[in-house]
Amino acid sequence: MNRLKVSKTIKLFIDGKFPRTESGRTTDIFFSDSKKLYAHLCKASRKDLRMSVDAAKAALPGWSSKTAYNRGQILYRMAEMAEAKRQEFLDVLENTMGMSTEDANTQVDQAIDCLVYYAGFTDKYQQVYGAVNPVSGPHHNFTTPEPMGVVAHLASTNLNLPSLVSEIVSVICSGNTVLTVLPENGAAIIAPLSEVIATSDVPGGVVNLLTGSFDELYPHIATHMEIIGVKDQTENDKVSKTLQIEGALNMKRISTQNEENLKDIKNILDFVEFKTVWHPIGV
Amino acid sequence: MTRKKLNQSTETKTASTPFVFEYSPAPQETNIVKIEKKNKLFIDGKFVAPKSGKYFATLNPATGEKLADLAEAGKQDVDLAVKAARKAYKNVWSKISGEERGRYLFRIARLIQERAREFAVLETLDNGKPIKETRDIDIPLVAAHFFYNAGWADKLNYAFPGHQVSPLGVAGQVIPWNFPLLMAAWKIAPALATGNTVVLKPAETTSLSALLLARIFQEAELPDGVVNFVTGAGETGAELVAHKDINKVAFTGSTDIGKSIVQATAGTNKRLTMELGGKSAHIVYEDAAIDQAVEGVINGIFFNQGHVCCAGSRLLVEESIQDIVVKKLKRRMEELRVGDPMDKNTDIGAINSKEQLNKIHSLVKKGREENPDFFESSCPLPKKGYFHRPCFFNNAASSSTVSRVEIFGPVLSISTFRTPDEAIAKANDTNFGLAAGIWSEKGSKIHKTALGLKAGIIWANTYNKFDPTSPFGGYFESGFGREGGRHGLLPYVEVNS
Amino acid sequence: MRGEIKIKSASGSLPIPIEPVDMVGAHERAASFTTRSIKKTSKIQALYTVIRMTDLTTLEGADTPGRVRQLCIKARYPVPHDIFSELQSHPDYQPIPSVAAVCVYPSLVKVAVDTLRGTGINIASVATAFPSGQLAIKEKLKDVKLAVLDGATEIDMVINRNAFLKGDYQTVFDEIVRVKEACGDAHLKVILETGELKTYDNVRLASHIAMEAGGDFIKTSTGKIQPAATLPVTLVMLQAIRDFHDKTGKMIGMKPAGGIKTAKQAIQYLVMVNETLGSAWLTPDMFRFGASSLLNDVIRQLFKQMTGRYYYDKVFSND
Repeated sequence: MNRLKVSKTIKLFIDGKFPRTESGRTTDIFFSDSKKLYAHLCKASRKDLRMSVDAAKAALPGWSSKTAYNRGQILYRMAEMAEAKRQEFLDVLENTMGMSTEDANTQVDQAIDCLVYYAGFTDKYQQVYGAVNPVSGPHHNFTTPEPMGVVAHLASTNLNLPSLVSEIVSVICSGNTVLTVLPENGAAIIAPLSEVIATSDVPGGVVNLLTGSFDELYPHIATHMEIIGVKDQTENDKVSKTLQIEGALNMKRISTQNEENLKDIKNILDFVEFKTVWHPIGV
Repeated sequence: MTRKKLNQSTETKTASTPFVFEYSPAPQETNIVKIEKKNKLFIDGKFVAPKSGKYFATLNPATGEKLADLAEAGKQDVDLAVKAARKAYKNVWSKISGEERGRYLFRIARLIQERAREFAVLETLDNGKPIKETRDIDIPLVAAHFFYNAGWADKLNYAFPGHQVSPLGVAGQVIPWNFPLLMAAWKIAPALATGNTVVLKPAETTSLSALLLARIFQEAELPDGVVNFVTGAGETGAELVAHKDINKVAFTGSTDIGKSIVQATAGTNKRLTMELGGKSAHIVYEDAAIDQAVEGVINGIFFNQGHVCCAGSRLLVEESIQDIVVKKLKRRMEELRVGDPMDKNTDIGAINSKEQLNKIHSLVKKGREENPDFFESSCPLPKKGYFHRPCFFNNAASSSTVSRVEIFGPVLSISTFRTPDEAIAKANDTNFGLAAGIWSEKGSKIHKTALGLKAGIIWANTYNKFDPTSPFGGYFESGFGREGGRHGLLPYVEVNS
Repeated sequence: MRGEIKIKSASGSLPIPIEPVDMVGAHERAASFTTRSIKKTSKIQALYTVIRMTDLTTLEGADTPGRVRQLCIKARYPVPHDIFSELQSHPDYQPIPSVAAVCVYPSLVKVAVDTLRGTGINIASVATAFPSGQLAIKEKLKDVKLAVLDGATEIDMVINRNAFLKGDYQTVFDEIVRVKEACGDAHLKVILETGELKTYDNVRLASHIAMEAGGDFIKTSTGKIQPAATLPVTLVMLQAIRDFHDKTGKMIGMKPAGGIKTAKQAIQYLVMVNETLGSAWLTPDMFRFGASSLLNDVIRQLFKQMTGRYYYDKVFSND
């Protein structure tokens, strides 16, 4: 006899916890074929967004001061957990996005590969893009990239799992913390993704995931001054223009480029600052 | 005096009377410079009268007297300049090899060195900064920037490991009046090395050295239109950054204008570099080499009359050494010679404009209302021209006007801290993040502090050092992008996947 | 923490500050004094002052009474007073003055005393096993006492670098105290031999020890070790003098020695003294140059300033 399945309540992921939206609002997600209800997803509010920023800001000192080796291990752990959760990712991709099992598997493979790729970059991007500068005088001078701070990430409208994961992990790989507004189409991915993060020793607040309405949330991202970087994958001119106009107030660093490779140091460089230190050489 | 007098020989009766040194007015000859009475725009390799038909005066801030008339580029002029730059980009500059581009830049660097004295004198006349700075710092660095970037032009494949790069196209560049020619070099040299062409607007009070640089470009036979200069004020700059056919905007100047440029270019896909203001902290720990730290503080805030975006305008001194540092600072400030910038003995020259002097006066006035603990050097000021005494506010609260607002003048705020954590927190207590200074003889403390400071340039046991190989640029509202070094090429290239 | 060393002195425990020095910063500051332009009349004044501040020195194994007598006469009249009419017509002309002192080995003090009797020119003698200082303290004291007995009015001692570099600052201090006692009325200049101390941190500390121990002057070098006097090392010592004056009110003199060969260099030193300690130090009581060839260049430059003519070196003696 078929047992009645225990279905999962899908919630937000803020500060390492799984809260419901404080607004109590939900959006319904349906099976792509049968149009039956797949899940009620939280429709995050401005307040949820603000709490995510607070969590990301609080997590920043701890995450950015971990050794690069340690961050690498944690990101690799994410890959391990994602591999173990493959079935749940496939479930969302096949059932809510209507992907074939083969395509879905390819997406999961690529996403996991991205995790491994950036896990191995945590202690190398500084070497590739740092420099010892031969200044003309008795000074030692070096430049090193540093994490920027709290980065907001507006994912593309339709879920592309490798691209989503690549963006999140390339942002946190250098020590930034991130809040991601997940694609409206494919938002149920929040469930397996947040559980991977929650079980991989990623400290609470380093990655925060929100589901909800882009149109409702992006203006608040644009105006929130604790957010210093924005990755805008929406390819929506209105969104990017608003981000630039409002973001000018605190000189937000905005990256709208979307065509890049999944595995590329450029994705890391979008959200680092170069710090140059001078010191005299003498006795 | 507690000791007995030494023997005096008959011939040295007057010996125990100290003599007082008089430094001569040692004016640099200015006849090396010829200034056109009425200056034109530099477009497509030629000096052309502005279509706008308008001109405005540029003054010598040390005397308030007019030096020359400058052309005011209007919309039509800016358009012609951009068209010339586009044509040069398409037909010439993007076609020739990196090696060839480098050759032009090397040539330019050499020509600047040959005419260095002329540039130094002209810059001092127009800007008001001391001749010893234009002669020893500004102009040598200008040549060095061209020389450094020249060498990159044919080595860009080494600059970004794993990536090929391509130029962006036409760069619109707007620069400030504090280091007129040096800022032009910072902007033009990397843009050209990476294969872009340029339309640059110098500051309206300090355009003359750029126009002389245009003559160097002609002497170097730089292809027409590769660099174009449009003189004018804010409106000209606004026309330039808003022009539809530029791919890149590079701006150095105030944070307010920087923000308005970001907003004006929103939604256009123009790449931006912003070098904006600062309120940089200068931390002096109790274990510092104090005499050198005091020199560093002096250099940090009074260099170039304090007209420096990275000026160390907030001194944070460990409470246990506050008195000694303040005492030494006062004594050292009394040795600063304020006056005729053309005099080789002058340490602090003229404030660049009446407007800027008024701004400094009003901020100092506000500061004195908030905090009477104020000191200024007792030096005499020239009767003519725009001058301001070096000064500081002691025991300034982090919340006070003089600790938060960028003054862009010879005004220092001093406050104290108790622990390294507090020093870092106070240093970071600002919406800017351009530079910071640290003075300590303890290496591990320097590294810890440097790591904690949110600023693009950290000067440890030194301050206000610049070099073409060293990236410069800020965090937060001090802007984004770097100028100088390998990192200074990034804002001018498309990094291809 | 800011450091200090504790010295046992007759009046109890004496703290001496350890003031670190940043080398590059000191070099930059010292270089800034070399670009000052001096007014012509001021320059002439300065050149006269340099002569009055000179300790005309001969410290060779080959020194003989004859050599020292010659030097003493040059010290008194560097240039004959009446033979240059072209000079005398200049409004700023004064007779070329005598130097502050002659500086000789102890064995030649008597010769100098005899030659200079009645001139008021000081007789300085190096002592304390100059230049190495590698003798027992009682021998050093004998050396000093003999020189004073023979008529030296100034003693230029060397500090015990052996003790200093092994960290025995107490011995360095004690030796200076005892030499000072042995000097009686003679003035004591304490040579740090900065070329052997190597770091400015050491120079700064040694300066403070020498001043606390009773030195009337501190002096850079013996002239036997390179580098001898430089602008930066002198700057560091001047800053120590300034801090000591701030603390105690006592004015200590400064003597750079060795390596200052040109009038231009000498004027740079005076500019540095002026901007670091003020004009109160611009007297032979407070500042000396230890030099042998400097005097001739200063005379040549004085001639140039007053006549506009570069005199060749056959016109005055090149002793």
